Amino acid sequence: MPSSSDAIRDFAAREYKYGFVTDIEADSVPPGLNEDIIRVISAKKGEPAFLLDWRLKAFRHWQTMAEPRWPNVKYPPIDYQAIVYYSAPKRQGGPRSLDEVDPKLLETYEKLGIPLEERAALAGVAVDAVFDSVSVATTFKEKLRELGIIFCSFSEAVRHHGDLVQKYLGSVVPYRDNFFAALNAAVFTDGSFVYVPKGVRCPMELSTYFRINAAATGQFERTLIVADEGSQVSYLEGCTAPMRDENQLHAAVVELVAHKNATIKYSTVQNWYPGDEEGRGGIYNFVTKRGLCEGENSRISWTQVETGSAITWKYPGCVLKGNGSVGEFYSVALTNHRQQADTGTKMIHIGANTRSTIVSKGISAGRGQNTYRGLVKIGKSAEHARNYTQCDSMLLGSRCGAHTFPYIEVRNNTARAEHEATTSRIGEDQLFYCNQRGISTEDAVSMIVNGFCKEVFRELPMEFAVEARKLLEVSLEGSVG
Amino acid sequence: MLEIRNLHAQVDGHEILRGINLTVRPGEVHSIMGPNGSGKSTLSQVLAGRETYVVTDGEVLYNGRNLLELAADERACEGVFLAFQYPVEIPGVSTNYFLRAALNSVRKYRGQDELDAMDFLKLVREKARLVEIDDKLLNRSLNEGFSGGEKKRNEVFQMAVLEPALAILDETDSGLDIDALRIVADGVNKLRSPERAFLVITHYQRLLNYIVPDHVHVLIDGRIARSGGKELALELEEKGYGWLEKEARRVEPVSA
Repeated sequence: MPSSSDAIRDFAAREYKYGFVTDIEADSVPPGLNEDIIRVISAKKGEPAFLLDWRLKAFRHWQTMAEPRWPNVKYPPIDYQAIVYYSAPKRQGGPRSLDEVDPKLLETYEKLGIPLEERAALAGVAVDAVFDSVSVATTFKEKLRELGIIFCSFSEAVRHHGDLVQKYLGSVVPYRDNFFAALNAAVFTDGSFVYVPKGVRCPMELSTYFRINAAATGQFERTLIVADEGSQVSYLEGCTAPMRDENQLHAAVVELVAHKNATIKYSTVQNWYPGDEEGRGGIYNFVTKRGLCEGENSRISWTQVETGSAITWKYPGCVLKGNGSVGEFYSVALTNHRQQADTGTKMIHIGANTRSTIVSKGISAGRGQNTYRGLVKIGKSAEHARNYTQCDSMLLGSRCGAHTFPYIEVRNNTARAEHEATTSRIGEDQLFYCNQRGISTEDAVSMIVNGFCKEVFRELPMEFAVEARKLLEVSLEGSVG
Repeated sequence: MLEIRNLHAQVDGHEILRGINLTVRPGEVHSIMGPNGSGKSTLSQVLAGRETYVVTDGEVLYNGRNLLELAADERACEGVFLAFQYPVEIPGVSTNYFLRAALNSVRKYRGQDELDAMDFLKLVREKARLVEIDDKLLNRSLNEGFSGGEKKRNEVFQMAVLEPALAILDETDSGLDIDALRIVADGVNKLRSPERAFLVITHYQRLLNYIVPDHVHVLIDGRIARSGGKELALELEEKGYGWLEKEARRVEPVSA
């Protein structure tokens, strides 16, 4: 009698869908990290003195720091001297149009289901695609330009908008912030830059696809988004990575600044290679993301769907400085096989009448370990601040784990913080009920998990929500039994 | 349509069904009655294919096929429907979404085209009227926060949409007040047809005032102790199960 556990085993045998390597000659520096390497990176990118100076300060500070040991994750020590810190596809002076882009690269995007030109034309999405640290294609720039919106690679921003970069770089995540943020500040190679001027509503979703390619190349992206007074922008970040054996370090930094009455919505679908069933390979995703609600009534909203990476360590947070500012965090984190995630958010209330909402959905399957870690800090000046936290965990199978570490610090008597938490399990009775209606176990699991994540998915832009659902299905391989 | 021969089944090593024989033809309504613990629900779960119940002997033929060979979802696709005694909740998944997924799996299995959202909605409206279920309920998470009566009505509604060949109702009357009972029974009666058979499992006779069975079987200690027409149910109502239990044990004394 074919049982539902057979179906699950078949499902489990599927391979990571996005595992392939593009064969492109890379222009890399030798492995290792010292001041000379940093100077080489800076020189290759033709950077101004202030930036080199900042990198060197970050590097010197990083040398005094120790890798954090408090996250609830386990991994062998990382040899920072074995990592290649710069790798660029060999073609100098960036392509001006898609025709100039290496066809192999476009093919890679095709395989990933991201036809740049189509996506751009059909969905009205401008794509700043990052392939191994250097931007290769930028579209819709002209249209955005007319509105005064700057959307370009970080390197380009350094060249053409040095004053803006200098003003905001490190203003939300200073290089001293933490070990990985310091490392990123020292060696970051590229990323995206967005500036939306006063009163402008960005007419399209801005989107970047990241991809790690050259072997053993750490990726150190840096993204900076500034929304000036009364402006609005929605930014999508999605990533998939090719399959490989050795662990790859990914230590990105994202900084958001929202001025008075401005709104920034930042959505992530993260699907880095998670490693194989035994936990070999896979990306270490150690990311620092933070938004500053600088002005009154500004709003920053983080939505993330984290299904990939061997280890995820990230706490996208909001510093609610402006009175009446709003911070939101909606998260789905799924760990399967031997994946580990320690993720959550930080909401720092400084201004009066500031509000924050946290909705976190953790799903653990296989031998996955999922930790929610959140900080809600309400300072003395935050009169009538409010926080609502909802933290739900779902367990699939009996070998996985879910952990919750909520930290709440309130220093103002008029403030209110609420915390709700649940833990559930996909029951045999739920699966049987679905089976009895003709739904296969595989489909039932993905339906139940999708239902569990609904509150987060509805925060995602349309196309992204569809993608996220598919991603969950693929990531749930071998989840029960 | 359904031929159960000498069916034995156990759960957690305890033998619950100890040789059931039953034949159900298309269009017939059979009622299975019996005291608590006699194996009524076990029979429904075994027929629906729940893996926690292990069949140790006997066979079940469904339209000439070995039913026990099929997984639970295949049985459903072949037209076996179980209205649960305790319907489960699935947070974040609406009844409509769930039911469309179910209907389309069944259709796919049968080589039919999937129903698009518009056609599905039309079907749902029609069937919702049939069982007097509120449209609004169907957009809420499946069974979450539903009253006992709403859950049971939802089971009958799903049955109406999926149009099974063999419908098993497991104590659908339990926990229902008299109005809810009437509505649920009306829904079932509207679904009676010459092609469709029903197995109505109930502890009390009162449901059978509304759903009039062709045959009544009394289950005692995992065996059918007596079969008869609808008047058997009335006799049970009057005399209880005690006399049948005594009779059954006289035939084969329970070892101490």
